[in-house]
Amino acid sequence: MPIISPIPLQGQVRRPRLRFGLLAVQVGLAAVICVLICAAAFNVAQNLSRAHIASGFGFWNNTAGFDISQTLIGYSANASTFGRAFWVGLLNTLVVAALGIVFATVIGFPIGLGRLSSNWLVARLSGGYIEIVRNVPLLLQLLFWYNAVLKTLPELRGSLRLPGGAFLNNRGLFLPRADFGAPFAGAFIAIVVAVGAAIALRIWARRRFGVTGQPVPVVWPTVALLIGCPLIALAIAGVPLQFSELHVSRFNISGGVEILPEFAALVVALSIYTAAFIAEVVRAGVLAVERGQLEAAQSLGLRPHAALRLIVIPQAMRVIIPPLTSQYLNLLKNSSLAVAIGYPDLVQVFAGSVLNITGQAVEVIAVTMAVYLAISLFVSFLMNLYARGMSIADY
Amino acid sequence: MTDDDFASYRGTGVRRPPPPTSGGAADWARRNLFSSPLNVALTLGCLILVIWAAPPLIRFFLLDAVWSGTNRDACVKSAALGACWAFVRAWFSYFVYGFYPASERWRVDLFFAALALGLVWLGWLRSPRRSLGAIYFFVVLPLLSFVLLHGAPVMGLAVVPTALWGGILVTMVVATVGIVVSLPLGALLALARRSEIPLLRWIAVAFIEFVRGVPLITVLFMASVMLPLFVPERFAPDKLIRALVGVALFASAYMAEVVRGGLAAVPAGQYQAARALGLGYWRTMGLVVLPQALRVTLPNIVSIFIGLFKDTTLVFVVGIFDFLGTVETARGDPRWAAPNTTITGYAFAAAFYFVCCYGMSRYAYGVERRLARSRGAVKRP
Repeated sequence: MPIISPIPLQGQVRRPRLRFGLLAVQVGLAAVICVLICAAAFNVAQNLSRAHIASGFGFWNNTAGFDISQTLIGYSANASTFGRAFWVGLLNTLVVAALGIVFATVIGFPIGLGRLSSNWLVARLSGGYIEIVRNVPLLLQLLFWYNAVLKTLPELRGSLRLPGGAFLNNRGLFLPRADFGAPFAGAFIAIVVAVGAAIALRIWARRRFGVTGQPVPVVWPTVALLIGCPLIALAIAGVPLQFSELHVSRFNISGGVEILPEFAALVVALSIYTAAFIAEVVRAGVLAVERGQLEAAQSLGLRPHAALRLIVIPQAMRVIIPPLTSQYLNLLKNSSLAVAIGYPDLVQVFAGSVLNITGQAVEVIAVTMAVYLAISLFVSFLMNLYARGMSIADY
Repeated sequence: MTDDDFASYRGTGVRRPPPPTSGGAADWARRNLFSSPLNVALTLGCLILVIWAAPPLIRFFLLDAVWSGTNRDACVKSAALGACWAFVRAWFSYFVYGFYPASERWRVDLFFAALALGLVWLGWLRSPRRSLGAIYFFVVLPLLSFVLLHGAPVMGLAVVPTALWGGILVTMVVATVGIVVSLPLGALLALARRSEIPLLRWIAVAFIEFVRGVPLITVLFMASVMLPLFVPERFAPDKLIRALVGVALFASAYMAEVVRGGLAAVPAGQYQAARALGLGYWRTMGLVVLPQALRVTLPNIVSIFIGLFKDTTLVFVVGIFDFLGTVETARGDPRWAAPNTTITGYAFAAAFYFVCCYGMSRYAYGVERRLARSRGAVKRP
C-alpha cells in the first residue's frame, strides 16, 4: 500500500518509513561499527604486544637521538625530545608552505591573466605552461628539481661564487648572515607605526568618500609611508648592517645561513605546480564576471585600467578567493612530498624518523593526520564565514 | 575613483578609425601581437624567452641525443651533452613490466588490452550497450585482471607475486583499482551524506572531511603501517594491497564530493516523478537520479581521475615500484648513472604522464561541450 507523505524537499528523497525502522537501522549500523572497532582494537593490542611495542604518548618526552638537517628552533639529537622534533618538523612544513603560497600566487596570477590576454603569444605561452605543469605529477617535478637540477650543481670544492659573498653547490646555497644592530629595532617600530598610519588613512579616506563623494588617494601614500618611515628611522640612527664572513674549509662552509637543496627544490616545485592551478582559478574568476559589467563600465567612460580595477577585479576576487584558499590548502598538504627527497618536514620527521624509532604507528600517524586535519578544518571554517559575509553583501 | 579614471573622450563623441581590413599575416600580427605598447613589450619579451629556451632544448633532446648504446659510456662520451635515449631503450621493458617474468608478460599485455577495451566502451558516448560496458568494467575486468596478473594455478596460470610487479603495469593497476572502487564507493558515500538516517550521514561526513583534510602520503603511511595492525597477524595484507586500499579510500572521498555536486544538479522534479511512479529509494536513485547526476558531473569525475592518475606516483614513497619508481631505480644503476640519463628518464616519464593526463582532460572538455550543447538543445523551444 503506498504511503502518502509530504512533498520532498529540494533534491531529497524522503523514504516513507516508520520511525521504528529508522531507529532499527541506526542501532544496527552502530552495532556493526562497534564490533569492527572492537575487533580492530583487539587485533592492534595483540599485534603490538607480540612486537613488544608500548602504547600511549609516553614517548613524547623521551630523548629523540636523531639529527634533523634543518632546525628553526633549538634542537639537538642528544638533548631534545620527540616532542621537540615534532615542533621542528611542523615549523619546517609551515615555512615551506608559507613561501610556496607566496611564490605560487606571484607566479599564478600573471599567468592566469596572461591566458586571457589578447596577445596571442602571451596567451599561448601561458596556456602551455598551465597544461604542461598541471598534467605532470608533482612528485616527478619535485624529483626533477632535486635530482636533475640541484644535485648536479658542482661539489663543495668547485662551489660557484655568487656576488655578495655567497656560495652555491650541491649541498645548498650558503649566504652570509646579516647581523642586525640595535637601530633595526627602531626601524621595526617605524614599520609598525607606518602600518597603523596606513590603516588610519584608509578608514579616514573611506569615511570621507562616503560623506563628500570625493576620492582620496590611498595607494601611493601607503607605499610612501611603508618605505619612508623605516628609511627615516635608519637615516637618524645610522645603518649598522654587517654581513658575516663565510669560512670555507675543505669539508664544509660555516658561519652563514645555509639553504638546503631539499628546501629549495620543494619550494620551487610546489610554487610552480600550484601556480598552474592558481592561474586556472584566476582565469575562471575573471571569466565569471559578466561581460555586461565591463561594457557598462566602458559606457560610463571608465578607462580600461580603471574598469579593471574598480569593476572587474572586485567582482572576480569574490569568485576567486574560495578556490584559491583550497589551492593553498592543497599546497600545504602536498608539502608532505618532502619525504621523497628527505626534507625534514612534519611527515618526514614525525611519521618517518619518530615512527621508525618508537614503532608506535597508531599514535604517530594519528598526531600527524590531526595536524593537517586541524589546519584544513580551521581554514574551511574561515571560508564558510567569508562565504556568508559575501552572500549578505550580494543584494 | 579619480577624474583620471575616466577617458578623455568622455562626451566629445570621439571618432574611431574604421576597422582594419581583415586578412593577411601582417594584419593578424598587428591585431594579436602589437595592438598596444604594452603588447609590443610583452610580445618581444615572450619572443626573447622562446628564442633563448627553445634551441638548447631541441639540441639536447633531439640533435645531440644518443639513441643507441649498452651503458652510460655511450651517453657520457659523446662530444656534446645530449639526452640519453639509449637509457630508455635499454630499460624500456623494465619500465613497462617491472620484474614480471618475461615468459608471462603476455598476461600483462592482455590486461592492458582488456583495460583499453573497458575504457573505450565506457568513455565513448556513442558505444553500444554501455550498461553492459559498466558491468564489464566494474565486475568482469577486476576479476579478469586479478586472475591474469596474479595468476590462478587451477587455470594453468602460475602465480606471480606482487613484489615482481612494476612499472606502468603497477601504475595502471593502482589507477584502475582507484577508479573501479572509488566510483561506486564515492556514489554510496554521496548518497549516505544526503541520507535521512542521521548516523549514516554523520559517518559519511566524518569520513569524507577526514580524508579530504589530510595528505595522501599520510593515508598511504596509515595503510602501510596501521592496516597490518588492524587484522590478525596471519591475514596481514600484501604491500601492494595496502597501498591500493589507501589510494582507493582517498579517491572515494573526493569522488563522493563530485557525485554530491551532480546529485544537487538533478532537478527535484525528477525525484518526485520517480516517486509518483511508485519507485522505491534504490530504484529512484539507481534508475533515475544517479544516471543523470553522473552524466552531468562526468567532466568532474574525469578530473578526479586525472588527479588519481598523477597521485599513483606517491605509492613509490611506500616502497612500491610504479612507473616513476622504476625510473628512479634505473637512473640509480651505476652502469647508467649520469646527469643526462637522469634528465632523460624524467623527460620520458613526464611525457608518459602528460600524454595520459592531457588526453583525459581533452576528453573531459569534449564531454563538457557536448553536455552544454545538449542542455542548450533542451532549452530551445
